[in-house]
Amino acid sequence: MLRNLLNNIIFQSVFLMTTLILMGIFIPNWLVFVVTKAIAYGLVGLGIITLMRGGLVSFGQGFVFGIGGYSAGLLGVHAGLTDAILLLFISFIVTGLVGLIIAPLLARYRDIFFAMLSLAFSMVLYGILIKIDAIGGSDGFVLPESTYFGIKPTTDYADYVLYVVSILVAGFVSILLRYYYNSTPGLIALAVRENELRVEYLGSSAFKVAVLNFTIAAGLGGMGGALNGIALGHIDPEFTYWTTSGEFVFISILAGYLSVPAVFLAALLLELVRSFSGRYFPDTWQLILGVFLILSIIFIPSGIGSFFKNFFDTFSKNKKS
Amino acid sequence: MRIFRQSLILLSSVLASFLTFLGTANADGHGEFKLGVVTFLSGPAAEPFGVPAWNGGKLFIKLLNEGKAPAPYNKKGFGGMKITAIPIDESGGATKQVQEFRNLVQRDKVDAVLGYVSSGDCMAIPSVADELKALTVLYDCGTPRVFEDASYKYVFRTAAHAAMDNIAIAKYLIEKGHDISSIAGINQNYAWGKDSWKDFSVSIKKLSPNSEIKNELFPKIFSGQYGTEISALLNSKAKVVHSSLWGGDLQSFILQAKPRGFFKRTQVVFSAGDHVMPGLGNKYPEGVILGARGQYGMMAPDTALNAWWYKTYMDEYGVFPAQPPYRMVQGLMGLKMAIEKAMEKNGGKKPNKDQIADAFKGLEFEAPGGLVQMKLGNGHQAIQPHAIGKTAKDKNGNITVTDIVRYKASCVNPPNGIKAVDWINAGFPGADC
Repeated sequence: MLRNLLNNIIFQSVFLMTTLILMGIFIPNWLVFVVTKAIAYGLVGLGIITLMRGGLVSFGQGFVFGIGGYSAGLLGVHAGLTDAILLLFISFIVTGLVGLIIAPLLARYRDIFFAMLSLAFSMVLYGILIKIDAIGGSDGFVLPESTYFGIKPTTDYADYVLYVVSILVAGFVSILLRYYYNSTPGLIALAVRENELRVEYLGSSAFKVAVLNFTIAAGLGGMGGALNGIALGHIDPEFTYWTTSGEFVFISILAGYLSVPAVFLAALLLELVRSFSGRYFPDTWQLILGVFLILSIIFIPSGIGSFFKNFFDTFSKNKKS
Repeated sequence: MRIFRQSLILLSSVLASFLTFLGTANADGHGEFKLGVVTFLSGPAAEPFGVPAWNGGKLFIKLLNEGKAPAPYNKKGFGGMKITAIPIDESGGATKQVQEFRNLVQRDKVDAVLGYVSSGDCMAIPSVADELKALTVLYDCGTPRVFEDASYKYVFRTAAHAAMDNIAIAKYLIEKGHDISSIAGINQNYAWGKDSWKDFSVSIKKLSPNSEIKNELFPKIFSGQYGTEISALLNSKAKVVHSSLWGGDLQSFILQAKPRGFFKRTQVVFSAGDHVMPGLGNKYPEGVILGARGQYGMMAPDTALNAWWYKTYMDEYGVFPAQPPYRMVQGLMGLKMAIEKAMEKNGGKKPNKDQIADAFKGLEFEAPGGLVQMKLGNGHQAIQPHAIGKTAKDKNGNITVTDIVRYKASCVNPPNGIKAVDWINAGFPGADC
């Protein structure tokens, strides 16, 4: 009974979320902010992992990240819509729809062709955004402060409230994705990764799986973009630039596709390493970051998630024996 | 077992790094003023711009801490408080900078932040600065929009915005009797380049309605290759070619245009052209009309303060200071004056942010580049005198700047409350020259 409860994914997530929310009261302000930002990046990373399970990697998640960020920002500036939760939800829907529209085109390609085509989409959007002066051009624009159910928290608490919201969103998304990964289409994705031809012969459609996964990834990317924009209070075309997309790919590789929470941990790690190397080695921070990336790829090739999975596997084996 | 050990190593390393992070957050010292300094330390803008700026800043902060700067900057540090500077790299875009800014304010608990070369960063930072109630001095960026489109309580810019550069160049061309019957421009395809070209071309049109615009080229920022653009400009046969290129882009443009005789065949004007002179040396072309975004470097005024600064920088680094170090020092001087003014009011104790912000508003101070007056944006945006000159070879064959014309601050800057572009369009009403 107890073991069943402990193994229950919802129980685990709720426990973790409560701990993190309580922890947020005690950790310093800057860390609250860094965690929020890591969750935003982690959401996009989750999208890429969803694709990775089906053997695809998108180098252009900046595309949906940017659309999500800009739709949240433009709704805030022009429509006066500042409710953070509503904006996150709308961005998810909007980018999900955009994803659904372009997915049939992208899903026909595999490997490097898929990656390059997705990259092309994001760079086209970048090119368009820097040229539109009405929305700030290359400078981007500032978002209004967000509200929550009609209440605007004072600046002292704004960071914490957004932190709580992002933890809840991340937890909710993680639970749903875990169920999706274990569902029939979720498992077919793994099979497609192994052998696409065989999946087709067995009567499933690899194309449909790719479309579904890309749509989910797009929605998540948009939500991440909106969260990032709301947290920073500023949006610019850099959101869609290829280096931003590259960071998402790195987060996904660092996390690996075995564990959902590992993605958020990977995003947090990258954020911390970057910010502290920038603080203490202002002239050579890229070097430190580069060494970190190389070392993590050499020593944990299947990602941080592999630690989790191995750990839990041994844990349950010990229990059984 | 192996897995267990692995996860133990991972956990302990994460924990250890956390502890070191927390350990570095030290308490506020009494006699200390923590200053975050943000400027380009990597990327294409670092070598000609960010690094010399920080070199100047570093040197000046050291001299201030030793109490070795001349009057009125001879008090040690900021009003006796030792300045501890935390340099941060500006590269990586506005969103990254917003985050670095928050880190400086919330994690390092700096008393003020001085920085920002890129206009995009200057647009993004102020709203966060006001939200976090963090005193912020923008030391360089050009876009007039910062204080024209919004107002902030804790944000100040200690240097004139970019409108001045292009208005003054247009005036210079006319005063010196240059042929401006046709003009062309090559500017980067982002806010700075577009605004600069607009300010220049509209100013020319206002001052000489018959001149014709031949070519408006907007290559990508940091593109570094200008072969096609140079051909197009040569073919257009425009009498004057205007450019606000800067940093590595300006260097590349000069090096690619010079062998094709570009500078001999047309009158080139660079609105921010001096800061690549220390790097290019005698490769810099003759006969170019240029501004330095203020009276800086070879166009600096003949004052004791400037003579001291020019020599001090030259002795330390072996090259003359161009606009970047001048501008950073100007920012530091403004901040120092504001702090010391606030301190006096506060009975000699360390003033808080609101007191410094109050003292900063409408401040006037003497910098190496002339008198800086915080007159625009309700006392948050500086105006300063300007100078335009022309490059020539001196008798030793070294490139220098001659034919310098100086402009009063009120001659090339709009009055308070009027947007720069509206002021130009209206034909400079109330300009005091």
